Amino acid sequence: MRLQIPLAITFLIGLFMAVQFFVPHEVFQYSFESLLAWVRIVGAFALVLGIGSLLRTHWDKIRRRRRDWPYSIVTIVSFLAMCVIGIGFGHEPGTVFYWVFENIQVPLDATMFSLLAFFIASAAFRTFRARSTEATLLLVAAVVVMLGRVPSALIVSFGDTAVGHYLHANMPDVSEWIMNFPTVAGKRGIIFGVALGAIATALRVILGIERSHLGGGGGGGQ
Amino acid sequence: MAETIPLEQVLGTWVAALLTLAIFSFLYRDNPVYKIAEHMFVGVSAGYGVVITWREAVIPDLIQPLLDPAAVDLAGPNYVVLIPGALGMLMFSRFFPRYDWLSRWPIAFVMGYSSGLAIPAAIQMQLLPQLHATLQPVWPAGEVTWWMALSNLLLFVGVLCTLAYFYFSREHKGALGVASRIGIFFLMVAFGAGFGQAVMARVSLLIGRVRFLYDDWWMTLVAPWFGGG
Repeated sequence: MRLQIPLAITFLIGLFMAVQFFVPHEVFQYSFESLLAWVRIVGAFALVLGIGSLLRTHWDKIRRRRRDWPYSIVTIVSFLAMCVIGIGFGHEPGTVFYWVFENIQVPLDATMFSLLAFFIASAAFRTFRARSTEATLLLVAAVVVMLGRVPSALIVSFGDTAVGHYLHANMPDVSEWIMNFPTVAGKRGIIFGVALGAIATALRVILGIERSHLGGGGGGGQ
Repeated sequence: MAETIPLEQVLGTWVAALLTLAIFSFLYRDNPVYKIAEHMFVGVSAGYGVVITWREAVIPDLIQPLLDPAAVDLAGPNYVVLIPGALGMLMFSRFFPRYDWLSRWPIAFVMGYSSGLAIPAAIQMQLLPQLHATLQPVWPAGEVTWWMALSNLLLFVGVLCTLAYFYFSREHKGALGVASRIGIFFLMVAFGAGFGQAVMARVSLLIGRVRFLYDDWWMTLVAPWFGGG
């Protein structure tokens, strides 16, 4: 029973969700919206588990005075402050929560990701070598796409010459062509595979063939 | 110039600028200022997730239908929402080893929902549109240049060859081997272009941060102190 009931829940809900798509009746529409709200509610409880795990990790670090423990205080205080101002005083534009979001979270997020520009470029410089046909194609496609986005780099590289101006004028078109034809061909093959794989995996989950997601409970019998 | 800007905006720009510089300080080496900003980012992001979930999901989907039905256009309390509430509570059974098998129920519900939704979604949003876009005339009627027709043909052949590479039920020998090898070339071009785009997206973010530091912070708030701006 400990396994059968979850399998039955998955089967019934999965079957309903797959079928409701093809039945545009208001009862199905209402049920779909209700289930969507149900998933959001269950997701909220799952978030509590995740946040609990994060806090427990940092609290443990502080309690045991592990390496870099003072920074865990920053995480916990930031988290609690955000929760208090957001839950207590609203999250609309003009609130303190929104101010923190705009002036702390957004800049930190953007800067963190912008930092990757340096690491990606440095990793590419160290690893990109035209050792084989495949590696050469990858290298050339990447360089052309990058130069196509910033063609003025070609004027800087080649100077005020005919070659520089020719490349400056045509590189964006070449880059666009690469993006629209060979890249689309490669990506489309991957998308076909992903879509068919998603359908196959979803069917396996609904039919109870794939049940690894139910294996977490250490104390649960089969 | 700076005195016309509202105080909260001045404060916000200073905080954002100092945090931006704190993150950039990692380019020199790992340091305490970076670590403070990094840990603050984790805490603030987690708090943001909690607040948004509380205000956008828990209140309108669970609390208001029960305690304030008029706020969500209901005539009376909707006790049905107690079912997902109870399912969600079962998540916490993981903390009690004797009853942790109950935590499978909400997971089974979410997996059933996602799997059922994934089938029509994958067919309608991925499979059919891509199939439709692939099965187009190579040289359609109208003003199509030979170059465009050649590119369309290349696209069609590229998709077939890429699919041939992902066909693992037969050994890649003979015609299938040649097709799969050409498929690898298309994949490499796609990966290279994807990499180039990823780099440019990050560079674009970097330019945005540097422009913020220069325009919004340095030129607007700092330079006027020195008589500039």
